[in-house]
Amino acid sequence: MKTITVYGPGCMKCQKAEANVRQILAETGIEANIEHVTDMQAIVAAGVMSTPAVAVDGVVKFKGRVPNLDELRQVIAG
Amino acid sequence: MSKKQESSCCGPAIPVQIEPRKATQTEPAACCCAATPAPITIVAPLAPTSACGCAPGPPLQVESVTMSSTAGSARRLVLGLAGALGAWILLYASLHALASWLTYDLLGLTRGRALTEAVAFFIYDAPKVLLLLTLAVFGIGIVRSFFTAERARRILTGKRETAGNVFAALLGTVTPFCSCSAVPLFIGFVTAGVPLGVTFSFLVSAPMVNEVALALLYGLFGWRVAAIYLGTGLAIAIVAGWTIGRLHMERDVEEWVYRVNLGEAAEEEQLDWPGRLRFGLQAVRDIVGKVWVYVLLGIGVGAWIHGYVPENFLASIMGREAWWSVPLAVLIGIPMYSSAAGMIPVVQALLGKGAALGTVLAFMMAVIGLSFPEMVILRKVLKPRLIATFTVVVGVGILIVGYLFNVLAIHAMVVTTALQ
Repeated sequence: MKTITVYGPGCMKCQKAEANVRQILAETGIEANIEHVTDMQAIVAAGVMSTPAVAVDGVVKFKGRVPNLDELRQVIAG
Repeated sequence: MSKKQESSCCGPAIPVQIEPRKATQTEPAACCCAATPAPITIVAPLAPTSACGCAPGPPLQVESVTMSSTAGSARRLVLGLAGALGAWILLYASLHALASWLTYDLLGLTRGRALTEAVAFFIYDAPKVLLLLTLAVFGIGIVRSFFTAERARRILTGKRETAGNVFAALLGTVTPFCSCSAVPLFIGFVTAGVPLGVTFSFLVSAPMVNEVALALLYGLFGWRVAAIYLGTGLAIAIVAGWTIGRLHMERDVEEWVYRVNLGEAAEEEQLDWPGRLRFGLQAVRDIVGKVWVYVLLGIGVGAWIHGYVPENFLASIMGREAWWSVPLAVLIGIPMYSSAAGMIPVVQALLGKGAALGTVLAFMMAVIGLSFPEMVILRKVLKPRLIATFTVVVGVGILIVGYLFNVLAIHAMVVTTALQ
């Protein structure tokens, strides 16, 4: 099962990123764990300096912006 | 699994899967927006922050464009943009004629009356400023697609302090930045070996030198005010960062910051040119889509003042002769938080009624450059002494800029430009 991690201190864009991830999972029926990391040390330890960031199975795919649905579909389902 | 947050903004932290190595702070998750109501004493409505979506605002639209593109869609994009640019130029060039036709011929208003003056001002200025804003945000969006926090860090690592301060201030203006990311960015810079003072130059210039403010100041008050704002904003960032570097306050950074194990920087996203153009378009949608209301409001206020309020209404209390007005403006402005766009109606109103440019500029910089919520965020990584030093150093910088421009008496020149 895939693990999708959203990094962000809880700002609105970070919530939006998580919502988009959920929408794609619901749409494609893919089962995945969603983590939302808000701890600063953990965010930096993942190599993320601008939030929100989205990682799939530990690989950061997007950072500093909210990925749109098509982009997420590509990295999650593709 | 995380729970869905009720609050659109920061609220309490979401349960975290990854164990924090150490409970560093007991305070609730800091927020880049005014989650705890900041002491706001201003009459004009405050806009949500424009550069980031930290503040509650209309939900972001989900776009169905992809960043990678096919040749056909890229050609359509370029053609579409070329057409849009042509229309922009045509519209901008004929704005004056169009506006006077609308005011005097279509609406049939009599020249010289207060109402006519106000309406004419609005009909001409509102589309002009929105056009300029759109172009500026698009252009800066493209510039920003070349810069990331990682790239800024790479450039700044190993730079010596003075040159580093200059580079950091410049990079702060072009790197996409949201105050939500101030803490990870700070940790990322400091642990990579970027000097503390250089890091501060970046953190000061990123919010204070703002592209929306720049475009609006240019559109409303002419290039002189815009250039003054850009130049002094950069100068404050450089000098404040340099000063903090000289004070050697490394010990006033929370110890855990230095122990953070910096992760391998995430892979850079490669954008092609169509991708960059879309990045610019996205910036226009995000920013212009959010701030146009405040822009229209600001111009509305300006138009009303233009027609009805005596020009030197505020001159006695906020004019150049009132020496105490600058420190007062800074003191009031520091705890307040608003985006640059939200400030424009205020700036418009104050300048139009005869307040001095230095005082108004100081007020605007204090509001957008320093804020109570930002200090709460930075408290995670900085000890109170360093936060206080940071605030005082930047505040003094703003104060000097305020006095400088009041003394140089640029006000008269600027108002003449603005009211022409």
